Amino acid sequence: MKENLYNYILGIADNSLILGQRMGELTGHGPSLEIDIACTNISLDLFGQVRSYYQYAAKIAGDGRTEDDIAMLRKERDYLNVLLVEQPNTDFAYTIARQYLFDVYHAMFLTALQSSHDITLSAIATKSIKEVSYHQRFSSDWIKRLGDGTNESKLKIQNAVNTLWTYTDELFHQTEADKAMVTEHIGVDVTQLKKAYYQKVTSLLTEAALEVPKLKWFQKGGKSGIHTEHLGYLLSDLQYMQRTYPNMEW
Amino acid sequence: MSEEQIKNLEQQFEARIARDEKIEPKDWMPEKYRKTHIRQISQHAHSEIVGMLPEGNWITRAPSLRRKVALLAKVQDEAGHGLYLYSACETLGVSRNELYEQLHTGKAKYSSIFNYPTITWADMGAIGWLVDGAAIINQVPLCSTSYGPYARAMIRVCKEESFHQRQGFEIMMKLANGTPEQKELAQDALNRWWWPSLMMLGPTDAESVHTEQSMKWKLKRKSNDDLRQQFIDQTVPQADLIGLTIPDPNLKWNEERGSYDFGEINWDEFWQVVKGHGPCNKERIDARVNAWNNGEWVRDAAVAYADKKATKKQRQAV
Repeated sequence: MKENLYNYILGIADNSLILGQRMGELTGHGPSLEIDIACTNISLDLFGQVRSYYQYAAKIAGDGRTEDDIAMLRKERDYLNVLLVEQPNTDFAYTIARQYLFDVYHAMFLTALQSSHDITLSAIATKSIKEVSYHQRFSSDWIKRLGDGTNESKLKIQNAVNTLWTYTDELFHQTEADKAMVTEHIGVDVTQLKKAYYQKVTSLLTEAALEVPKLKWFQKGGKSGIHTEHLGYLLSDLQYMQRTYPNMEW
Repeated sequence: MSEEQIKNLEQQFEARIARDEKIEPKDWMPEKYRKTHIRQISQHAHSEIVGMLPEGNWITRAPSLRRKVALLAKVQDEAGHGLYLYSACETLGVSRNELYEQLHTGKAKYSSIFNYPTITWADMGAIGWLVDGAAIINQVPLCSTSYGPYARAMIRVCKEESFHQRQGFEIMMKLANGTPEQKELAQDALNRWWWPSLMMLGPTDAESVHTEQSMKWKLKRKSNDDLRQQFIDQTVPQADLIGLTIPDPNLKWNEERGSYDFGEINWDEFWQVVKGHGPCNKERIDARVNAWNNGEWVRDAAVAYADKKATKKQRQAV
């Protein structure tokens, strides 16, 4: 098995899985019907991407494991998503800030992944980039509305951005699998995206009349499976059926 | 307008409906027609929105990615149905906010079936198969109802509902053909959802208060009892096909009628739930009210932002 490629794919896919799960929690509980539909849509897009990635990973593993085994039957330490995407839906400001801070990265990442020498990854990136451009439009519009809306909304979105900012730096950390895949022209060198990312985010936050947090210390660990306490609960839901009724088809 | 003129308009109006013409928002209509339609369309919209909750309950726990995606899409469709039904209702001169207010204060009703809990994954199958199945039977005739915006909304709703129903049946079929444990989940869900699904088609004709006028306006084309019989006759063979047992010892094919005879429905339970004392009435309304209240600052921000934008644009224009 091509272990680096397998882990590399999981690193990408797990972000979409965990964020999709978070967005799915909101279905039926959104601030308006239109927002509810949009958040569910983002969740749907992300799970669609997840399926393509895991199906490919299952093929690479070649030992009979399925997309669902990969999605739902790993241990907590084996999930490789960044800490940002597992943060909870504390309120709508957190949901939007989390989404926006990830979307900007996600769009840049997929744009670069389109040039991957791995044709499957390149094809998934090409398909996903259209969806993610929409996600980014949705979340940036809401950053602006909340930032330049009422005093209350400004305070809430600023708090959320301040809290989540500590998880942004991890997006640009390279794992061993990342490095190996960059060498093989399959993976994206995320360190190269960092400058443009912060420029873009800074420019939008400024437009939205928000402060750009000045942090010196950042949190990391997700990419090596060391998560925040939030992930365990999310996985309890995600894995419930597969754990309670093992080896069945649904 | 004189009484005679109104009477004249009313006659013309009823004649248009009799000729199968559609009534459109700007057309003259009797006040009672407007009110009845607001009541029925908003009840329908509320049912879609409250109906998102029991199924939304299983999104994070769906057993496979494929099922999760299908469930998300289904619940999203329901939000979409709510959206265009509220819009259809707004053409009758009532705002969405007023309609929400009626739902939140308990003034408006929604389909009682959503006051039952979804306690296992099999309930996702049972809801799709039975609840959406019963909904379709109720709704297909509405595609040709007299009020244009409602009829057009229903055409789209029915297409999606029939897809949901097949999806639900497919979930049940998979369970029924699965391991003994899965089959037990399926049978248990059928046991719990069968009777509420029959009740969903409304009280018996003798107790139904709106039937006659609604028939005239094509808001209703068959009586509740006829619809119920149609639902039973259609569903029993489907249960047979996947080897599940309908939980009614009195269910029996009646050769003479060409229909199934069935047991007594527990109407006390029906009225208990309708009157607000079902297992989840409180939870469902609380969930809606919380979503609405927690979202207020978000909606306010959007309005404030749009106002600022508009003012800025105006200034630039000057």
